[in-house]
Amino acid sequence: MSALTVKTVLTSDRPVLDASADVQISIRDLDVHYGANHAVRDVTFDVPRQAVTALIGPSGCGKSTVLRSINRMNDLIPSARVEGEIRYHGVNINDPAIDPVIVRRNIGMVFQKPNPFPKSIYDNVAWGAKINGHKGNMDELVESCLRRAAIWEEVKDKLKESGLSLSGGQQQRLCIARALANDPDVILMDEPASALDPISTLKIEDLMRELARNYTIVVVTHNMQQAARVSDRTVFFSLNDQRQGVLIEAGATADMFTNPRDQRTEDYITGRFG
Amino acid sequence: MTAVRQLFQYELDALRERVVTMGSMVDKALARAVDALRTLDVNLAREVVKNDLDINRYRWETEDEATRVIATQAPLAGDLRAVISVFSIVTDLERMGDHAVSIARYVIDTAAEPPLKKLVDLPRMAEIGREMLRDSLAAFVQGDVDAANRIITRDDEVDALFEQVSRELLTYMLADPMTIDRATRLIAVGHNLERVGDRVENICERVIYAATGAVETPA
Repeated sequence: MSALTVKTVLTSDRPVLDASADVQISIRDLDVHYGANHAVRDVTFDVPRQAVTALIGPSGCGKSTVLRSINRMNDLIPSARVEGEIRYHGVNINDPAIDPVIVRRNIGMVFQKPNPFPKSIYDNVAWGAKINGHKGNMDELVESCLRRAAIWEEVKDKLKESGLSLSGGQQQRLCIARALANDPDVILMDEPASALDPISTLKIEDLMRELARNYTIVVVTHNMQQAARVSDRTVFFSLNDQRQGVLIEAGATADMFTNPRDQRTEDYITGRFG
Repeated sequence: MTAVRQLFQYELDALRERVVTMGSMVDKALARAVDALRTLDVNLAREVVKNDLDINRYRWETEDEATRVIATQAPLAGDLRAVISVFSIVTDLERMGDHAVSIARYVIDTAAEPPLKKLVDLPRMAEIGREMLRDSLAAFVQGDVDAANRIITRDDEVDALFEQVSRELLTYMLADPMTIDRATRLIAVGHNLERVGDRVENICERVIYAATGAVETPA
């Protein structure tokens, strides 16, 4: 299990919680600053295992910042400072003892714009596994990842062609296959379909539902209908009076989109603000 | 609240207006059916039967319109519940129109027979049912949960009158078996009016659902 890799970097006196519980990631009192800007304030929620969690909210409310915190991508921004706990398999990934590269191997990410490497389709998938010292059969790994990303049938006869030769939707699925090659158990998606046409979008959405059988998915989306279609849980963020991103409401998607508890959620998802 | 989604708001208002219009059509049908019953006016009864086609057509047009609003506006949360409620309410209204038709058909079928008794409680049931109907439509437009809850309690009055009518007609049947056919059919008229109260109760439950998302029947 890949998560063991994370655990091995911990000293023995740190607690390791029950990794079989329904909660995959537990976020507690998360604060993110960019320099003097307090971008996200006091965010607490749980990400359920093998389910799709959608993060929604108006522009600038911090949902992408929260997403990036989950695999320490904010470390790459020099002015960013992250406080609070993000527990994954029972360990706090913000612990200085944790290697962020290992975190990102376990918690993969797919971005808004498909960004395949300027390499062959095959190498796009194999590359990460190669540098991580994959010892098994590479052909099998590549095929397996492309199949799980629902793109194998479309590319199996042109694996040596450039990943950039594919359509936008295919490129995005290739990027998902590439993420799967690192054997993560969580995949973060930052508006993964916003640059795609409607058919490609629906394919990505179908894929998300399929992947959720084995992976935990957290997706940021501006598309309310997409959040309603693909996610099991929805977390709504907004801005407080100090223009800081705060969590307003989290709950089962079916409830959030038919009967949200908070008037601010109602106003946002019915398109009356934001 | 900023003035966004004006088109949707306009379309939702138009849907609500259609519900009120259909409610008026049904109210009129019930009034005429009971008038025909009281006065044994076969022509009026025939008109009720004929006009029910308009009610049915209006129901389908309203459902089409609500379907279009869902397809084009993709409403969510309270907006979605409001549109979903329209589907449910027009179904209840359409069935209330059918109750009016059943009463009218009774008049058409039995007008030649001597009246069994002077009708007092049945028109009273219709009166209360129609009041409930009009009040429920006002509650729907205003999203008035308190009013909806109050209207629901009035269904007990309709039920009590129906029980009284049934008991009274039973005594007729016991006293003179020759009245069994007419009395049984009159009980069926009462049953139709009793169902009007039940359907208004459904409408009120939808008013509560649209406003709050609650689906439980109030105690």
